[in-house]
Amino acid sequence: MTTFDDGPLEEQIAQWRAYLRRRQALHGPDVEELEGHLLDQYAALTESGLTGDEAFLIAVKRIGSLDALSREFALAHSERLWKQLVIAPDAADEPANAARAETLVVLSLALAAAVAVKAPALFGFRLGGGADPFYARNASLFVLPLLAVYFLWKRGSDVVSGLWLALPFAAGAVFANVYPFRARGDTEVLAALHLPIALWLAVGFAYVRSRWLADGGRMNFVRFSGELVIYYALIALGGGVLTGFTMMMFNAIGIKAEWLAQDWLIPCGAAGAVIIGSWLVEAKQSVIENMAPVLTRLFTPLFTVLLLVFLATMAWTGRPINVKREVLIGFDLLLVVVVGLVLYAASARDPRAPPNFFDGLQMLLVASALVVDGVALAAIAARISEFGFTPNRVAALGENLILLVNLAWTAWLYARFLRHRGSFAALERWQIAYLPVYSAWAALVVILFPPLFGYR
Amino acid sequence: MDMSKDLVAASATPLVLAILAEGDSYGYAIIKRVAELSGGHLQWTDGMLYPVLHRLERQGHVAAKWSASESGRRRKYYRITREGRAHLAAQRKQWQVVDSTLRGMWMKACTA
Repeated sequence: MTTFDDGPLEEQIAQWRAYLRRRQALHGPDVEELEGHLLDQYAALTESGLTGDEAFLIAVKRIGSLDALSREFALAHSERLWKQLVIAPDAADEPANAARAETLVVLSLALAAAVAVKAPALFGFRLGGGADPFYARNASLFVLPLLAVYFLWKRGSDVVSGLWLALPFAAGAVFANVYPFRARGDTEVLAALHLPIALWLAVGFAYVRSRWLADGGRMNFVRFSGELVIYYALIALGGGVLTGFTMMMFNAIGIKAEWLAQDWLIPCGAAGAVIIGSWLVEAKQSVIENMAPVLTRLFTPLFTVLLLVFLATMAWTGRPINVKREVLIGFDLLLVVVVGLVLYAASARDPRAPPNFFDGLQMLLVASALVVDGVALAAIAARISEFGFTPNRVAALGENLILLVNLAWTAWLYARFLRHRGSFAALERWQIAYLPVYSAWAALVVILFPPLFGYR
Repeated sequence: MDMSKDLVAASATPLVLAILAEGDSYGYAIIKRVAELSGGHLQWTDGMLYPVLHRLERQGHVAAKWSASESGRRRKYYRITREGRAHLAAQRKQWQVVDSTLRGMWMKACTA
Protein backbone atom coordinates (compact mmCIF):
# COMPACT_ATOMS: atom_id res chain seq x y z
CA MET A 1 0.00 0.00 0.00
CA THR A 2 1.34 3.38 -0.92
CA THR A 3 1.57 5.95 1.80
CA PHE A 4 0.87 9.57 1.03
CA ASP A 5 3.94 11.39 2.18
CA ASP A 6 4.12 13.79 -0.71
CA GLY A 7 2.68 17.15 0.26
CA PRO A 8 1.15 18.26 -3.05
CA LEU A 9 -0.94 15.09 -3.37
CA GLU A 10 -2.34 15.46 0.13
CA GLU A 11 -3.14 19.02 -0.74
CA GLN A 12 -4.87 17.97 -3.93
CA ILE A 13 -6.91 15.40 -2.05
CA ALA A 14 -7.82 17.96 0.60
CA GLN A 15 -9.00 20.29 -2.15
CA TRP A 16 -11.05 17.57 -3.76
CA ARG A 17 -12.53 16.67 -0.39
CA ALA A 18 -13.41 20.29 0.34
CA TYR A 19 -15.08 20.48 -3.05
CA LEU A 20 -17.18 17.39 -2.27
CA ARG A 21 -18.07 18.65 1.18
CA ARG A 22 -19.74 21.72 -0.24
CA ARG A 23 -22.35 19.55 -1.90
CA GLN A 24 -25.53 19.40 0.04
CA ALA A 25 -26.50 15.88 -0.91
CA LEU A 26 -23.16 14.47 0.21
CA HIS A 27 -22.61 14.01 3.92
CA GLY A 28 -19.38 13.49 5.83
CA PRO A 29 -19.33 9.68 5.72
CA ASP A 30 -20.12 9.65 1.98
CA VAL A 31 -17.17 11.91 1.33
CA GLU A 32 -14.99 9.62 3.42
CA GLU A 33 -16.19 6.60 1.47
CA LEU A 34 -15.50 8.26 -1.87
CA GLU A 35 -12.11 9.44 -0.67
CA GLY A 36 -11.29 5.87 0.34
CA HIS A 37 -12.23 4.79 -3.16
CA LEU A 38 -10.03 7.50 -4.66
CA LEU A 39 -7.08 6.42 -2.55
CA ASP A 40 -7.54 2.73 -3.43
CA GLN A 41 -7.73 3.62 -7.11
CA TYR A 42 -4.68 5.87 -6.78
CA ALA A 43 -2.69 3.14 -5.07
CA ALA A 44 -3.57 0.60 -7.77
CA LEU A 45 -2.64 3.05 -10.54
CA THR A 46 0.73 3.98 -9.06
CA GLU A 47 1.53 0.30 -8.54
CA SER A 48 0.96 -0.24 -12.24
CA GLY A 49 3.61 2.37 -12.97
CA LEU A 50 1.90 5.75 -13.22
CA THR A 51 3.37 8.81 -11.53
CA GLY A 52 1.55 10.37 -8.61
CA ASP A 53 0.00 13.21 -10.59
CA GLU A 54 -1.16 11.00 -13.44
CA ALA A 55 -2.63 8.48 -11.06
CA PHE A 56 -4.49 11.21 -9.17
CA LEU A 57 -5.90 12.71 -12.35
CA ILE A 58 -7.15 9.38 -13.64
CA ALA A 59 -8.56 8.36 -10.27
CA VAL A 60 -10.50 11.62 -10.03
CA LYS A 61 -11.71 11.27 -13.59
CA ARG A 62 -12.96 7.75 -12.95
CA ILE A 63 -15.06 8.91 -10.00
CA GLY A 64 -16.94 10.92 -12.58
CA SER A 65 -18.68 14.26 -12.76
CA LEU A 66 -19.43 15.51 -9.30
CA ASP A 67 -22.61 17.22 -10.47
CA ALA A 68 -24.02 13.97 -11.78
CA LEU A 69 -22.81 12.21 -8.67
CA SER A 70 -24.44 14.58 -6.23
CA ARG A 71 -27.62 14.41 -8.28
CA GLU A 72 -27.63 10.64 -7.86
CA PHE A 73 -26.91 11.00 -4.16
CA ALA A 74 -29.79 13.43 -3.87
CA LEU A 75 -32.08 10.89 -5.53
CA ALA A 76 -30.91 8.14 -3.19
CA HIS A 77 -31.31 10.38 -0.12
CA SER A 78 -34.13 12.73 -1.02
CA GLU A 79 -34.48 13.96 2.55
CA ARG A 80 -31.12 15.65 2.21
CA LEU A 81 -32.57 18.28 -0.04
CA TRP A 82 -34.59 19.36 2.96
CA LYS A 83 -31.88 20.95 4.95
CA GLN A 84 -31.94 19.51 8.40
CA LEU A 85 -31.02 21.54 11.40
CA VAL A 86 -28.91 19.10 13.34
CA ILE A 87 -27.66 20.58 16.56
CA ALA A 88 -24.96 17.96 16.86
CA PRO A 89 -22.37 19.06 14.31
CA ASP A 90 -20.79 17.03 11.55
CA ALA A 91 -18.03 15.03 13.12
CA ALA A 92 -15.31 16.76 11.17
CA ASP A 93 -16.68 20.27 11.23
CA GLU A 94 -16.43 21.10 14.84
CA PRO A 95 -15.24 19.17 17.86
CA ALA A 96 -18.23 17.46 19.44
CA ASN A 97 -17.13 18.74 22.85
CA ALA A 98 -17.71 22.34 21.84
CA ALA A 99 -21.25 21.53 20.71
CA ARG A 100 -21.95 19.66 23.92
CA ALA A 101 -20.60 22.56 25.96
CA GLU A 102 -22.84 24.95 24.06
CA THR A 103 -25.90 22.76 24.60
CA LEU A 104 -25.09 22.71 28.30
CA VAL A 105 -24.57 26.47 28.50
CA VAL A 106 -27.79 27.15 26.61
CA LEU A 107 -29.86 24.78 28.71
CA SER A 108 -28.51 26.20 31.95
CA LEU A 109 -29.14 29.76 30.76
CA ALA A 110 -32.70 28.85 29.77
CA LEU A 111 -33.16 27.26 33.18
CA ALA A 112 -31.66 30.34 34.81
CA ALA A 113 -34.17 32.49 32.93
CA ALA A 114 -37.02 30.33 34.21
CA VAL A 115 -35.64 30.56 37.76
CA ALA A 116 -35.22 34.32 37.40
CA VAL A 117 -38.87 34.59 36.47
CA LYS A 118 -39.97 32.58 39.50
CA ALA A 119 -37.49 33.99 42.04
CA PRO A 120 -39.36 37.27 42.78
CA ALA A 121 -42.41 35.18 43.70
CA LEU A 122 -40.47 34.12 46.80
CA PHE A 123 -40.47 37.74 47.89
CA GLY A 124 -44.18 38.11 47.49
CA PHE A 125 -44.39 39.63 44.02
CA ARG A 126 -47.44 38.33 42.24
CA LEU A 127 -47.21 37.37 38.61
CA GLY A 128 -50.80 38.33 37.93
CA GLY A 129 -49.99 41.96 38.68
CA GLY A 130 -52.39 43.24 41.29
CA ALA A 131 -51.62 46.76 42.41
CA ASP A 132 -47.92 46.58 41.62
CA PRO A 133 -47.11 45.36 38.08
CA PHE A 134 -43.59 44.44 39.11
CA TYR A 135 -43.40 41.66 36.53
CA ALA A 136 -44.52 43.83 33.64
CA ARG A 137 -41.91 46.48 34.45
CA ASN A 138 -39.10 43.96 34.78
CA ALA A 139 -40.06 41.39 32.14
CA SER A 140 -37.08 42.08 29.90
CA LEU A 141 -34.65 42.06 32.81
CA PHE A 142 -35.31 38.40 33.55
CA VAL A 143 -34.16 37.26 30.14
CA LEU A 144 -32.13 39.80 28.17
CA PRO A 145 -29.11 39.88 30.52
CA LEU A 146 -28.91 36.08 30.24
CA LEU A 147 -29.16 36.33 26.47
CA ALA A 148 -26.28 38.85 26.56
CA VAL A 149 -24.31 36.40 28.70
CA TYR A 150 -24.89 33.71 26.09
CA PHE A 151 -23.49 35.91 23.34
CA LEU A 152 -20.56 37.03 25.49
CA TRP A 153 -19.76 33.38 26.10
CA LYS A 154 -20.31 32.38 22.50
CA ARG A 155 -18.13 35.17 21.09
CA GLY A 156 -15.47 34.62 23.72
CA SER A 157 -15.65 38.20 24.95
CA ASP A 158 -13.53 39.20 27.92
CA VAL A 159 -14.69 40.08 31.42
CA VAL A 160 -14.17 43.82 30.94
CA SER A 161 -16.60 44.09 28.06
CA GLY A 162 -18.98 41.93 30.07
CA LEU A 163 -18.85 44.44 32.91
CA TRP A 164 -19.45 47.32 30.50
CA LEU A 165 -22.46 45.50 29.18
CA ALA A 166 -23.79 44.97 32.69
CA LEU A 167 -24.16 48.76 32.96
CA PRO A 168 -27.21 49.24 30.72
CA PHE A 169 -28.98 46.31 32.35
CA ALA A 170 -28.24 47.64 35.82
CA ALA A 171 -29.45 51.06 34.75
CA GLY A 172 -32.59 49.46 33.33
CA ALA A 173 -33.23 47.66 36.61
CA VAL A 174 -32.79 50.90 38.55
CA PHE A 175 -35.07 53.01 36.37
CA ALA A 176 -37.73 50.32 36.21
CA ASN A 177 -37.98 50.14 39.98
CA VAL A 178 -37.02 53.39 41.71
CA TYR A 179 -39.73 55.66 40.37
CA PRO A 180 -42.80 56.15 42.59
CA PHE A 181 -45.32 55.36 39.84
CA ARG A 182 -48.95 56.08 40.58
CA ALA A 183 -51.21 53.08 40.50
CA ARG A 184 -52.14 52.15 36.90
CA GLY A 185 -50.20 55.14 35.59
CA ASP A 186 -49.58 55.59 31.88
CA THR A 187 -45.90 56.33 32.38
CA GLU A 188 -45.45 52.99 34.09
CA VAL A 189 -47.00 51.11 31.18
CA LEU A 190 -44.86 53.13 28.77
CA ALA A 191 -41.70 52.33 30.73
CA ALA A 192 -42.58 48.63 30.75
CA LEU A 193 -43.15 48.69 26.97
CA HIS A 194 -40.03 50.66 26.12
CA LEU A 195 -37.45 49.06 28.39
CA PRO A 196 -37.08 45.93 26.21
CA ILE A 197 -36.53 48.09 23.11
CA ALA A 198 -33.84 50.08 24.89
CA LEU A 199 -32.11 46.98 26.25
CA TRP A 200 -32.25 45.16 22.92
CA LEU A 201 -29.45 47.48 21.84
CA ALA A 202 -27.32 46.15 24.70
CA VAL A 203 -28.03 42.61 23.51
CA GLY A 204 -26.93 43.81 20.09
CA PHE A 205 -23.63 44.98 21.51
CA ALA A 206 -23.11 41.53 23.01
CA TYR A 207 -24.11 39.93 19.72
CA VAL A 208 -21.68 41.80 17.49
CA ARG A 209 -18.97 42.08 20.14
CA SER A 210 -16.59 44.81 19.09
CA ARG A 211 -17.81 45.02 15.53
CA TRP A 212 -20.65 47.46 16.15
CA LEU A 213 -19.18 50.04 13.85
CA ALA A 214 -18.37 47.58 11.13
CA ASP A 215 -21.61 47.64 9.13
CA GLY A 216 -21.83 43.90 8.62
CA GLY A 217 -22.13 43.35 12.35
CA ARG A 218 -25.25 45.40 12.85
CA MET A 219 -26.94 43.97 9.79
CA ASN A 220 -26.25 40.50 11.17
CA PHE A 221 -27.93 41.52 14.38
CA VAL A 222 -30.93 42.74 12.39
CA ARG A 223 -31.09 39.39 10.61
CA PHE A 224 -30.75 37.60 13.92
CA SER A 225 -33.57 39.64 15.47
CA GLY A 226 -35.94 38.86 12.60
CA GLU A 227 -35.24 35.16 12.69
CA LEU A 228 -35.58 35.12 16.48
CA VAL A 229 -39.05 36.64 16.24
CA ILE A 230 -40.08 33.92 13.81
CA TYR A 231 -38.56 31.11 15.87
CA TYR A 232 -40.07 32.54 19.01
CA ALA A 233 -43.50 32.59 17.41
CA LEU A 234 -43.09 28.96 16.36
CA ILE A 235 -41.92 27.89 19.81
CA ALA A 236 -44.79 29.83 21.37
CA LEU A 237 -47.21 27.99 19.09
CA GLY A 238 -45.85 24.65 20.26
CA GLY A 239 -45.93 25.87 23.85
CA GLY A 240 -49.58 26.79 23.44
CA VAL A 241 -50.38 23.29 22.24
CA LEU A 242 -48.45 21.79 25.17
CA THR A 243 -50.32 24.02 27.63
CA GLY A 244 -53.65 23.17 26.09
CA PHE A 245 -53.02 19.45 26.43
CA THR A 246 -51.81 19.89 29.99
CA MET A 247 -55.04 21.56 31.01
CA MET A 248 -57.24 19.19 29.06
CA MET A 249 -55.64 16.02 30.43
CA PHE A 250 -55.58 17.11 34.07
CA ASN A 251 -59.11 18.41 33.77
CA ALA A 252 -60.12 14.98 32.49
CA ILE A 253 -59.09 13.44 35.82
CA GLY A 254 -60.74 16.23 37.75
CA ILE A 255 -57.64 18.23 38.68
CA LYS A 256 -57.59 21.93 37.91
CA ALA A 257 -54.23 22.64 36.26
CA GLU A 258 -54.74 26.33 35.49
CA TRP A 259 -52.26 27.37 38.17
CA LEU A 260 -49.62 25.10 36.66
CA ALA A 261 -50.05 26.68 33.24
CA GLN A 262 -50.41 30.27 34.41
CA ASP A 263 -47.75 30.36 37.10
CA TRP A 264 -45.20 27.94 35.71
CA LEU A 265 -45.52 26.68 32.15
CA ILE A 266 -46.27 29.96 30.40
CA PRO A 267 -43.95 32.40 32.23
CA CYS A 268 -41.01 30.00 32.52
CA GLY A 269 -41.49 28.79 28.97
CA ALA A 270 -41.75 32.31 27.61
CA ALA A 271 -38.48 33.26 29.30
CA GLY A 272 -36.57 30.11 28.41
CA ALA A 273 -37.78 30.18 24.82
CA VAL A 274 -35.91 33.44 24.18
CA ILE A 275 -32.62 31.73 24.98
CA ILE A 276 -33.49 28.51 23.17
CA GLY A 277 -34.78 30.42 20.14
CA SER A 278 -31.57 32.46 19.97
CA TRP A 279 -29.53 29.32 20.13
CA LEU A 280 -31.49 27.76 17.28
CA VAL A 281 -31.10 30.88 15.17
CA GLU A 282 -27.36 30.88 15.84
CA ALA A 283 -27.08 27.20 15.02
CA LYS A 284 -29.09 27.34 11.84
CA GLN A 285 -27.87 30.55 10.28
CA SER A 286 -25.81 28.77 7.69
CA VAL A 287 -28.12 25.78 7.33
CA ILE A 288 -31.57 27.06 6.55
CA GLU A 289 -32.82 29.89 4.42
CA ASN A 290 -33.64 33.02 6.40
CA MET A 291 -37.37 33.31 6.79
CA ALA A 292 -37.74 37.04 7.47
CA PRO A 293 -36.73 38.14 3.94
CA VAL A 294 -39.08 35.54 2.46
CA LEU A 295 -41.98 36.92 4.47
CA THR A 296 -40.88 40.40 3.40
CA ARG A 297 -41.09 39.45 -0.25
CA LEU A 298 -44.51 37.97 0.35
CA PHE A 299 -45.98 40.91 2.23
CA THR A 300 -44.39 43.91 0.54
CA PRO A 301 -46.74 43.72 -2.47
CA LEU A 302 -49.74 43.04 -0.23
CA PHE A 303 -49.05 46.00 2.03
CA THR A 304 -48.41 48.21 -0.97
CA VAL A 305 -51.77 47.24 -2.42
CA LEU A 306 -53.46 47.83 0.93
CA LEU A 307 -51.98 51.31 1.28
CA LEU A 308 -52.80 52.31 -2.28
CA VAL A 309 -56.36 51.02 -2.07
CA PHE A 310 -56.77 52.78 1.27
CA LEU A 311 -55.55 56.08 -0.20
CA ALA A 312 -57.76 55.69 -3.25
CA THR A 313 -60.78 54.92 -1.08
CA MET A 314 -60.11 57.95 1.08
CA ALA A 315 -59.73 60.21 -1.95
CA TRP A 316 -62.84 58.77 -3.60
CA THR A 317 -65.19 58.87 -0.63
CA GLY A 318 -63.70 61.93 1.02
CA ARG A 319 -64.03 60.28 4.43
CA PRO A 320 -61.71 61.85 6.99
CA ILE A 321 -59.73 59.79 9.47
CA ASN A 322 -61.83 59.44 12.59
CA VAL A 323 -59.31 60.51 15.20
CA LYS A 324 -59.70 58.37 18.29
CA ARG A 325 -57.28 57.41 21.00
CA GLU A 326 -55.80 54.39 19.30
CA VAL A 327 -55.48 55.89 15.82
CA LEU A 328 -52.03 57.34 16.39
CA ILE A 329 -50.73 54.08 17.83
CA GLY A 330 -52.27 52.19 14.93
CA PHE A 331 -50.44 54.34 12.40
CA ASP A 332 -47.24 54.00 14.43
CA LEU A 333 -47.54 50.25 14.09
CA LEU A 334 -48.16 50.60 10.36
CA LEU A 335 -44.91 52.55 10.03
CA VAL A 336 -43.10 49.94 12.13
CA VAL A 337 -44.29 47.27 9.71
CA VAL A 338 -43.17 49.30 6.69
CA VAL A 339 -39.76 50.02 8.22
CA GLY A 340 -39.48 46.31 9.01
CA LEU A 341 -40.29 45.42 5.41
CA VAL A 342 -37.66 47.85 4.14
CA LEU A 343 -35.09 46.66 6.65
CA TYR A 344 -35.55 42.96 5.94
CA ALA A 345 -35.65 43.46 2.21
CA ALA A 346 -32.32 45.27 2.59
CA SER A 347 -30.93 42.53 4.82
CA ALA A 348 -31.28 39.92 2.11
CA ARG A 349 -30.35 42.05 -0.88
CA ASP A 350 -27.03 42.12 -2.60
CA PRO A 351 -26.18 45.82 -2.36
CA ARG A 352 -24.29 45.69 -5.65
CA ALA A 353 -27.21 44.46 -7.74
CA PRO A 354 -28.85 47.06 -10.02
CA PRO A 355 -32.38 48.29 -9.23
CA ASN A 356 -35.11 45.81 -10.09
CA PHE A 357 -38.88 45.58 -10.00
CA PHE A 358 -38.95 44.75 -6.30
CA ASP A 359 -37.03 47.93 -5.47
CA GLY A 360 -39.62 49.93 -7.32
CA LEU A 361 -42.31 48.19 -5.32
CA GLN A 362 -40.50 49.00 -2.08
CA MET A 363 -40.26 52.62 -3.11
CA LEU A 364 -43.98 52.65 -3.81
CA LEU A 365 -44.65 51.05 -0.42
CA VAL A 366 -42.55 53.64 1.38
CA ALA A 367 -44.05 56.56 -0.52
CA SER A 368 -47.64 55.44 0.05
CA ALA A 369 -46.92 54.80 3.73
CA LEU A 370 -45.57 58.35 3.96
CA VAL A 371 -48.70 59.77 2.39
CA VAL A 372 -51.03 57.72 4.58
CA ASP A 373 -49.13 58.69 7.70
CA GLY A 374 -49.02 62.31 6.60
CA VAL A 375 -52.80 62.35 6.26
CA ALA A 376 -53.19 60.72 9.67
CA LEU A 377 -50.75 63.14 11.31
CA ALA A 378 -52.50 66.12 9.79
CA ALA A 379 -55.80 64.87 11.17
CA ILE A 380 -54.27 64.36 14.60
CA ALA A 381 -52.41 67.65 14.60
CA ALA A 382 -55.63 69.48 13.89
CA ARG A 383 -57.08 68.19 17.12
CA ILE A 384 -53.97 67.89 19.29
CA SER A 385 -54.85 71.01 21.29
CA GLU A 386 -58.15 69.37 22.18
CA PHE A 387 -56.36 66.29 23.50
CA GLY A 388 -53.63 67.94 25.50
CA PHE A 389 -50.24 66.34 25.95
CA THR A 390 -50.59 63.08 27.83
CA PRO A 391 -47.55 60.80 28.14
CA ASN A 392 -49.11 58.24 25.79
CA ARG A 393 -49.73 60.82 23.11
CA VAL A 394 -46.26 62.34 23.36
CA ALA A 395 -44.68 58.89 23.17
CA ALA A 396 -46.79 57.90 20.18
CA LEU A 397 -46.14 61.22 18.45
CA GLY A 398 -42.41 60.96 19.06
CA GLU A 399 -42.30 57.46 17.64
CA ASN A 400 -44.30 58.53 14.64
CA LEU A 401 -41.86 61.35 13.94
CA ILE A 402 -38.83 59.07 14.32
CA LEU A 403 -40.27 56.55 11.87
CA LEU A 404 -41.41 59.29 9.53
CA VAL A 405 -37.92 60.77 9.36
CA ASN A 406 -36.50 57.34 8.65
CA LEU A 407 -39.01 56.64 5.88
CA ALA A 408 -38.72 60.08 4.32
CA TRP A 409 -34.98 59.73 3.98
CA THR A 410 -35.40 56.13 2.84
CA ALA A 411 -37.77 57.27 0.10
CA TRP A 412 -35.24 59.88 -0.99
CA LEU A 413 -32.44 57.29 -1.07
CA TYR A 414 -34.67 54.84 -2.94
CA ALA A 415 -35.54 57.46 -5.50
CA ARG A 416 -31.86 58.24 -6.05
CA PHE A 417 -31.06 54.55 -6.29
CA LEU A 418 -33.82 53.87 -8.80
CA ARG A 419 -32.61 56.70 -10.99
CA HIS A 420 -29.06 55.32 -10.80
CA ARG A 421 -27.88 58.38 -8.90
CA GLY A 422 -27.00 56.54 -5.70
CA SER A 423 -26.16 53.08 -4.47
CA PHE A 424 -28.26 50.65 -2.50
CA ALA A 425 -25.43 50.45 0.02
CA ALA A 426 -26.22 54.03 1.03
CA LEU A 427 -29.78 52.96 1.84
CA GLU A 428 -28.57 49.99 3.82
CA ARG A 429 -26.10 52.18 5.71
CA TRP A 430 -28.86 54.64 6.52
CA GLN A 431 -31.14 51.92 7.88
CA ILE A 432 -28.56 50.42 10.18
CA ALA A 433 -27.17 53.78 11.24
CA TYR A 434 -30.71 54.63 12.35
CA LEU A 435 -31.11 51.56 14.57
CA PRO A 436 -29.73 53.13 17.79
CA VAL A 437 -32.23 55.97 17.44
CA TYR A 438 -35.11 53.62 18.29
CA SER A 439 -33.37 52.40 21.41
CA ALA A 440 -32.30 55.91 22.41
CA TRP A 441 -35.89 57.11 22.16
CA ALA A 442 -37.08 54.08 24.14
CA ALA A 443 -34.49 54.84 26.83
CA LEU A 444 -35.73 58.43 26.89
CA VAL A 445 -39.28 57.24 27.47
CA VAL A 446 -38.15 54.97 30.29
CA ILE A 447 -35.90 57.50 32.01
CA LEU A 448 -37.39 60.94 31.37
CA PHE A 449 -41.12 60.45 30.90
CA PRO A 450 -42.08 59.37 34.45
CA PRO A 451 -40.57 62.44 36.21
CA LEU A 452 -41.63 64.71 33.32
CA PHE A 453 -45.27 63.72 33.65
CA GLY A 454 -45.36 63.39 37.42
CA TYR A 455 -45.46 59.54 37.41
CA ARG A 456 -49.07 59.50 36.36
CA MET B 1 -18.28 -1.49 -26.80
CA ASP B 2 -20.37 1.42 -25.52
CA MET B 3 -23.27 0.19 -23.44
CA SER B 4 -26.41 2.28 -23.25
CA LYS B 5 -26.77 4.22 -20.01
CA ASP B 6 -30.18 2.78 -19.23
CA LEU B 7 -28.97 -0.77 -19.57
CA VAL B 8 -25.98 -0.10 -17.34
CA ALA B 9 -28.23 1.49 -14.75
CA ALA B 10 -30.78 -1.35 -14.90
CA SER B 11 -28.14 -4.03 -14.54
CA ALA B 12 -26.39 -2.29 -11.65
CA THR B 13 -28.67 -3.57 -8.90
CA PRO B 14 -28.57 -7.29 -9.77
CA LEU B 15 -24.83 -7.09 -10.45
CA VAL B 16 -24.02 -5.48 -7.13
CA LEU B 17 -26.29 -7.87 -5.26
CA ALA B 18 -24.81 -10.88 -7.07
CA ILE B 19 -21.27 -9.78 -6.23
CA LEU B 20 -22.22 -9.24 -2.61
CA ALA B 21 -23.84 -12.68 -2.59
CA GLU B 22 -20.34 -14.05 -3.23
CA GLY B 23 -19.11 -12.40 -0.04
CA ASP B 24 -18.90 -9.07 1.79
CA SER B 25 -17.13 -6.35 -0.11
CA TYR B 26 -16.56 -2.61 -0.45
CA GLY B 27 -16.96 -0.07 -3.22
CA TYR B 28 -13.60 -0.21 -4.94
CA ALA B 29 -13.47 -4.01 -4.87
CA ILE B 30 -17.00 -4.23 -6.30
CA ILE B 31 -16.00 -2.00 -9.24
CA LYS B 32 -12.95 -4.14 -9.87
CA ARG B 33 -15.03 -7.30 -9.75
CA VAL B 34 -17.53 -5.89 -12.26
CA ALA B 35 -14.74 -5.03 -14.68
CA GLU B 36 -13.28 -8.50 -14.23
CA LEU B 37 -16.58 -10.34 -14.71
CA SER B 38 -17.54 -8.36 -17.80
CA GLY B 39 -14.11 -8.62 -19.33
CA GLY B 40 -13.88 -4.85 -19.17
CA HIS B 41 -17.02 -4.33 -21.27
CA LEU B 42 -19.09 -2.96 -18.42
CA GLN B 43 -17.46 0.33 -17.48
CA TRP B 44 -19.08 2.22 -14.68
CA THR B 45 -18.31 5.73 -13.66
CA ASP B 46 -16.81 4.77 -10.33
CA GLY B 47 -18.67 7.31 -8.24
CA MET B 48 -22.06 6.14 -9.48
CA LEU B 49 -21.73 2.85 -7.62
CA TYR B 50 -22.11 4.58 -4.28
CA PRO B 51 -25.59 6.03 -4.75
CA VAL B 52 -26.65 2.56 -5.91
CA LEU B 53 -25.19 0.98 -2.78
CA HIS B 54 -26.81 3.59 -0.56
CA ARG B 55 -30.17 3.07 -2.20
CA LEU B 56 -29.88 -0.69 -1.69
CA GLU B 57 -28.93 -0.04 1.92
CA ARG B 58 -32.03 2.10 2.41
CA GLN B 59 -34.23 -0.55 0.88
CA GLY B 60 -32.73 -3.05 3.29
CA HIS B 61 -31.19 -5.22 0.57
CA VAL B 62 -27.68 -4.67 1.88
CA ALA B 63 -26.30 -3.74 5.28
CA ALA B 64 -23.23 -1.58 5.74
CA LYS B 65 -20.62 -1.41 8.44
CA TRP B 66 -17.54 0.74 8.88
CA SER B 67 -14.44 -1.19 9.84
CA ALA B 68 -10.70 -0.84 9.51
CA SER B 69 -9.13 -1.91 6.23
CA GLU B 70 -5.70 -3.43 5.75
CA SER B 71 -4.35 0.07 4.99
CA GLY B 72 -5.53 1.33 8.37
CA ARG B 73 -8.16 3.65 6.91
CA ARG B 74 -11.80 3.23 7.79
CA ARG B 75 -13.72 1.52 5.06
CA LYS B 76 -17.42 0.90 4.56
CA TYR B 77 -18.13 -2.81 3.97
CA TYR B 78 -21.38 -4.01 2.51
CA ARG B 79 -23.14 -7.30 3.19
CA ILE B 80 -26.19 -8.71 1.44
CA THR B 81 -29.22 -9.26 3.68
CA ARG B 82 -31.96 -11.90 3.51
CA GLU B 83 -34.25 -9.43 1.77
CA GLY B 84 -31.39 -8.69 -0.60
CA ARG B 85 -31.06 -12.37 -1.52
CA ALA B 86 -34.80 -12.62 -2.12
CA HIS B 87 -34.66 -9.49 -4.27
CA LEU B 88 -31.72 -10.90 -6.20
CA ALA B 89 -33.64 -14.10 -6.88
CA ALA B 90 -36.61 -12.11 -8.17
CA GLN B 91 -34.36 -9.94 -10.36
CA ARG B 92 -32.69 -13.04 -11.69
CA LYS B 93 -36.03 -14.44 -12.85
CA GLN B 94 -36.90 -11.18 -14.58
CA TRP B 95 -33.56 -10.97 -16.34
CA GLN B 96 -33.85 -14.60 -17.42
CA VAL B 97 -37.21 -13.85 -19.03
CA VAL B 98 -35.70 -10.91 -20.92
CA ASP B 99 -32.66 -12.95 -21.84
CA SER B 100 -34.57 -16.00 -23.11
CA THR B 101 -37.03 -13.85 -25.07
CA LEU B 102 -34.26 -11.96 -26.82
CA ARG B 103 -32.29 -15.17 -27.37
CA GLY B 104 -35.32 -16.82 -29.00
CA MET B 105 -35.83 -13.82 -31.28
CA TRP B 106 -32.22 -13.73 -32.40
CA MET B 107 -31.98 -17.51 -32.90
CA LYS B 108 -34.96 -17.25 -35.23
CA ALA B 109 -33.32 -14.33 -37.02
CA CYS B 110 -30.18 -16.42 -37.52
CA THR B 111 -31.97 -19.45 -38.91
CA ALA B 112 -34.32 -17.44 -41.09
